[in-house]
Amino acid sequence: MTDHHPTHPAAPEYGDAGEILSTRPASLWRDTLTGILRQRSAVVGLLILGVFLFVAVFADQIAPFDPRESMLGIEPGIQKQAPPCIRLLGCPADRFEHIFGLDTNFQDVFSRVVIGSRISIGIGFAAVGMAIVIGAAIGAIAGYVGGRTDNILMRLMDIVLAFPSLLLAIVIVSALGSNLMNTMLAISIVSIPVYARIVRASVIGARENDYVTASRALGESTTGILVRRIMPNAITPLIVQGTLGIGTAVLEIAALAFVGVVSLSEITWGSMIAIEFQRLFTAPHIILAPGLAITFVVLGFNLLGDGLRDAFDPRLNR
Amino acid sequence: MLITIPVLLGLIFVVFTLARVIPGDPCRAVLGERATDAVCDDFIRRYGLDQPIPIQFGLYLGQLSRGDLGVSIKHSEPVTQLLIDRLPTTIELTLMALLFAVVVGVPLGLLSAYRRNSPIDVGSMIVANIGVSMPVFVLGLLLQFVFALLLKGTPFALPPSGRLSSGVEVLSLVDVWHLENVSGPLRGFLDFVSRLYIPTALITGQWGPLGDALRHLLLPMVALGTIPLAIIARITRSSLLEVLGLDYVRTARAKGLRERTVVLRHATRNALLPVVTIVGLQLGGLLSGAVLTETTFNLTGVGRTVYEAITGRDYVVIQGFTLIVAFIYVFVNLIVDLSYGFLDPRVRQR
Repeated sequence: MTDHHPTHPAAPEYGDAGEILSTRPASLWRDTLTGILRQRSAVVGLLILGVFLFVAVFADQIAPFDPRESMLGIEPGIQKQAPPCIRLLGCPADRFEHIFGLDTNFQDVFSRVVIGSRISIGIGFAAVGMAIVIGAAIGAIAGYVGGRTDNILMRLMDIVLAFPSLLLAIVIVSALGSNLMNTMLAISIVSIPVYARIVRASVIGARENDYVTASRALGESTTGILVRRIMPNAITPLIVQGTLGIGTAVLEIAALAFVGVVSLSEITWGSMIAIEFQRLFTAPHIILAPGLAITFVVLGFNLLGDGLRDAFDPRLNR
Repeated sequence: MLITIPVLLGLIFVVFTLARVIPGDPCRAVLGERATDAVCDDFIRRYGLDQPIPIQFGLYLGQLSRGDLGVSIKHSEPVTQLLIDRLPTTIELTLMALLFAVVVGVPLGLLSAYRRNSPIDVGSMIVANIGVSMPVFVLGLLLQFVFALLLKGTPFALPPSGRLSSGVEVLSLVDVWHLENVSGPLRGFLDFVSRLYIPTALITGQWGPLGDALRHLLLPMVALGTIPLAIIARITRSSLLEVLGLDYVRTARAKGLRERTVVLRHATRNALLPVVTIVGLQLGGLLSGAVLTETTFNLTGVGRTVYEAITGRDYVVIQGFTLIVAFIYVFVNLIVDLSYGFLDPRVRQR
């Protein structure tokens, strides 16, 4: 690994013979990017997530069959829960290729895993996005206003944190009605306190800085100071926590579907396992495929999150 | 510490409200679709469900202050009795999983840090990364597949569900010590402890049932304990690495102390401080995971009970159980906070 420090502003880069290679001024975005690409775990995480995002976006083109279509009338002589049939491993030419096999309803498991990626990843992003926006607002107000407002808001957050998150999410989804929208809401609500705490800490840390006082003296509005002067301090920890949080959200969606509070008619990885988990001993492939899909997506977000944390941490950077 | 009181009151309010917002008709959920209006009116009056919500809340608070969690609408049994029957399953599972996570995770983390970048380090950190990413129920199902199906007939085979084999029974403390005439809260406590099979079997020397209970607990314990294990191993590793780079460790080495003494006596002690917090923080995740583990391994614990209560619109049970779990969680976090002072003299002086 080359040992240059791109954080020095406008530092020229030298080659082996001491010649100047470039005098490009340092840019925040480029430095951040090189920092991230230097983290092995972040790169592996990005690769895994790239694959899954591609699959989720082009799910309709990638899925070889309709995920709700029964193969029963279509493929003659097909058995339910048929094990995987892969051309490379000698699947006969007169059979359809089902690389993850069939489930109990004669549906193609691979197509279901592909389509299922949309809901799992999509809800994960949406839930965390919403939690960050609400959490950041609560944290910013609590940290900037302080006093009693701070106390009340943070005690509210403590109440949410006092429940084991899955239990609270189950109760919330049951209370609101078990559809995907409410699942997203529930996962979002249980993760708001984490983001509120992060932002509050950053705001309290930055509140007394001279540049904030200067902005105030110049007559900038409170909202302006919060959004333009203080919040940028909170962005790095929010990005790191948000990345890890999407992984957690994917796990929680799967868990909610597995215990059955998400309608089983939706194709999600968790509900695929919930429907079939009694067939574990007779047809393990039906459970293994969505199970591994969840594991890899979460692994991707975890690796990327860890990598981002290391890349952003100036103490570890040198 | 007093700050926990408003939080607890808030908890009660949230639980109470959520339980009431859950849609559906409690009467017909319990008595069946064909219950007549007259029967339902009587039912609703009997459980006080015709009162305005604020009054219901006041009555509930009064009830709670007397230690009364109400009577389950569905089981027509006091919630306290249900808790005595079912909470021990969850507690035993959770504590054993935590024990497993600490006993394996801490040494693994220490070893990884001490042999940094060795195959042990790289291998265990890869396993740790996969461990935190795998859903509890997927790991549980995989374990069942391997130990209950593939290894069937070998000595390594393990049962995939339940707490005891059929026909095996752990005698309760009341039976073993002939305390049949004890009643009231003490009897409740004895019954509660007796449902913690492993400690009870240990105390009373019921070795056969003890082995059976342990064999049943092994797979759920590993399934539930793997995520905290991975987290604990990672934190232990990075914490020891940080401490090993400090000046006082260099001083200890410079004094000519043996490497073993430096690492075990001087560095490890300080490195374990952050680990204590992390262990405490795992409890929320463990209780969440216990819900899933109970479903996977067919155990009747808190998770299963709450879920059944939600589908059965049994408000009283939903309230009672979620409340007790949240209380336990708040209480454990308080203990973790207090344990700092005990472990770290710097905190004590403040």
